[in-house]
Amino acid sequence: MAVVFDRPKALIDVPFHYCPGCTHGIVHRLVAEAIDELGIEGRTVGIAPVGCSVMAYDYFACDMIEAAHGRAPAVATGVKRSDPDNLIVFTYQGDGDLASIGTAETVHAAARNENITVIFINNAIYGMTGGQMAPTSLPGQVTQTSPYGRDPKACGYPVKICEMLSELEGPEYLERVTVNSVANVRKAKKAIKKAFQNQIEGKGFSLIEVISSCPTNWGMTPKDALKWIDDHMIPYYPLGVYKDRTGGIDKFAKKEDK
Amino acid sequence: MSEKVLMKGNEAIAEAAIMAGSRHYFGYPITPQTEIAAYMAKRMPKIGGTFLQAESEIAAINMVYGVSSAGKRVMTSSSSPGISLKGEGISYLAGTDLPAVIVNAQRGGPGLGGIQPSQSDYFQATRGGGHGDYHILVLAPSSVQEMAELTIKAFDLADQYLMPAMVLADGTTGQMMEPVSFDFQIKEPPAKPWATTGTKCARPHNIANSLYLDPEKLERINNERFKRYEVIKANEALAEEYLTEDADIVVAGFGIAARIAKNAVQEARAQGIKAGLIRPITLWPFPEKPFAEAAKHAKRFISVELSMGQMIEDVKLATECKVPVSLCYRVGGMIPSPQQVYEAIVNAAKEVK
Repeated sequence: MAVVFDRPKALIDVPFHYCPGCTHGIVHRLVAEAIDELGIEGRTVGIAPVGCSVMAYDYFACDMIEAAHGRAPAVATGVKRSDPDNLIVFTYQGDGDLASIGTAETVHAAARNENITVIFINNAIYGMTGGQMAPTSLPGQVTQTSPYGRDPKACGYPVKICEMLSELEGPEYLERVTVNSVANVRKAKKAIKKAFQNQIEGKGFSLIEVISSCPTNWGMTPKDALKWIDDHMIPYYPLGVYKDRTGGIDKFAKKEDK
Repeated sequence: MSEKVLMKGNEAIAEAAIMAGSRHYFGYPITPQTEIAAYMAKRMPKIGGTFLQAESEIAAINMVYGVSSAGKRVMTSSSSPGISLKGEGISYLAGTDLPAVIVNAQRGGPGLGGIQPSQSDYFQATRGGGHGDYHILVLAPSSVQEMAELTIKAFDLADQYLMPAMVLADGTTGQMMEPVSFDFQIKEPPAKPWATTGTKCARPHNIANSLYLDPEKLERINNERFKRYEVIKANEALAEEYLTEDADIVVAGFGIAARIAKNAVQEARAQGIKAGLIRPITLWPFPEKPFAEAAKHAKRFISVELSMGQMIEDVKLATECKVPVSLCYRVGGMIPSPQQVYEAIVNAAKEVK
């Protein structure tokens, strides 16, 4: 009997600690599938963040580093520069990590077009610490630290990372995807694989923002959470390619052409 | 290459790091150590190395963390306010048992302070500087020659004991020019089988990590680390002793303060006062033995510092407070004169008569 669906080799056979219905598991799998298909596990180093995926270092079979909160792009820069011709380096970061405490590291790794792959999980909440307001929490979103709903007058507006980074000349590839349906999972897989392929080809900084769900801290069933992505997250965070320099989606290239 | 070249202390550190095999340097501009970054920016591209001006001191130390995780020698440098920013990363390096070399060309503080020399980061350096129970190796050069020597030693010790090592210089030793010889025997760095260099699909994955959610495990790891620190204390403490065998008055000072104090000790001897000098070269581990020995016959200790009195606490601990210890100091970027130290020696001599 032929095996048609199996655990990717780049994932270790251990149970995840994630909550039921959390989409981290799907994204871990997509990253591992990309690593398997590109045959790069033996030369890949992953950087885990501080946040729900802090223990990703126990799940990926490649060499792993646990970074301080928000510093993964700087750590990745060091690892990549230590052996740029051989190592493939990815960071896996949440919204608090990448878009709040680590904003400077994110922006400057992108500005340098550092040849790394960044997987950015945007679920609009701090999951690990129990559901506080994130830099990406939506206006009006109720969290533990915005109990009356996020009020932009008091705490500002969400940070749109793909839009913001697309204003930089540096980065190679920025795409926002989601994983709330089979079709969207397939698109996310394609984007993640391309983000690794770009690094193999030396093209530079690739960031895939994955709109994700957090049923536990959103206070919803997993199914309702996936629907909430469609109804509330995607209207605020439109999916799509925000920059693809060698693929022709690049406002800087257009300016030069004129 | 035994001939001497005239160099600034900061440049000697940079060249020594390259000699020690460090091909990666990450920094952020801050006075008075920017010559290190400038030197690296010139040299690294010519020798296949990496110079990268980071977006912040925090990013720089985390880039260091990345290179060190991958098993390569790496250095960063800064001055006092920047070292505070690196504190987070230094704690993570210590908690992950990673080697790295950090240079601090100290300036006056606290806060933005000033840009003139200081030794007021002694506590920060010798007590770890960041959160958690840990130490880093701290080496204190007092000449441009030692800036080079101790930088190489810092790389060796960091690799041997798997921990960060700091070269605790100051604005004076960084900026002054002296002849320096780079006639060093460079040791081959030890193998680093723990490094995250890619598994080649030939071994289980390596993890560079300081997170232990199981408190029993975290306690055990802290205890193991501190056992290693005991080995370092027993084997690596270093000091220069000058005329201490029969000294009544023992002056203690490190770095530039020791050079000033040495002049004062010589003057005191010329005037018939039995003065001597202990110059700690390692500040952590603190060289307790020469102090304990000197305390058997000395009547007074004087700690000469460019701080409000920080090393003086270690002098008191090392001498078990058996002999009075006084402080001779200037701060804020001011430097004690040999005359000030000489007068402190004369006053101490009067008290013990």
